[in-house]
Amino acid sequence: MKIRVLFFASLREAIGMEALVLEVSEGTYAELRTRLVDKLGEAADPLWLENVRVAHNQELVAQAATSLVLIDGDEVAFLPPVTGG
Amino acid sequence: MLADPVIEVQEGDFDLGESWAALQRSVGKGVGAMAGFTGLVRESTASDAGGSRVDEPVKALVLEHYPGMTEASMRKIVDQASARWQLLGVHVAHRVGRLAPGEQIVMVLVASGHRADAFAACEYIMDYLKTDAVLWKREDYLHTSGTLEKTGSSRWLHSADEDKARRSNWQD
Repeated sequence: MKIRVLFFASLREAIGMEALVLEVSEGTYAELRTRLVDKLGEAADPLWLENVRVAHNQELVAQAATSLVLIDGDEVAFLPPVTGG
Repeated sequence: MLADPVIEVQEGDFDLGESWAALQRSVGKGVGAMAGFTGLVRESTASDAGGSRVDEPVKALVLEHYPGMTEASMRKIVDQASARWQLLGVHVAHRVGRLAPGEQIVMVLVASGHRADAFAACEYIMDYLKTDAVLWKREDYLHTSGTLEKTGSSRWLHSADEDKARRSNWQD
């Protein structure tokens, strides 16, 4: 199944792209992470920093590593620390 | 809960006077107070130069958002405010894209029956926009000295400790 992955701000700059579509064999965080490392290599390293949050279909996921369940067509975004105003 | 707050994320500028008048018209008769805030791009930012603070001139502020999620995060902040105070109308506009020093970044307008609610809600919404809105800000510098000499000519900003402290002041 296909998952659309988005990178914002400092992560977009570090990875050098804002989005990609990944083919995954199962809808788990572990599988997503493996495919991202396959695709990006070391450039994926900043995604695993503690202050990076994960959004699944635009909703924040508290414990992505254990609770993420993906289906075909889902969108996953990696969000560095935010600030507005 | 407030029926219909106006939440806008846009590249273009906003007209404070026009927005103020429009909000006043939309809330009708019960209104007794309106409070407003605008945030502007500062022309310099403090940087640490070996223990002494220096002002780095800012060339531009670049704001990035996640269409959909950003608006939802702002709506949630407004909903929290309207659960806490008696509000008649709210208009929040936040700009994205590349902004120069002196340009408007954000506007928060609140209409209420009385001034205490309007002032408090306006400040609350602004404090939460600093820490919880799904937005990213990058400062691009004219030149770099101090710590910026090592870290480059631009920097993605995080919520300052001061911003987090202001937000936590609202928590019961």
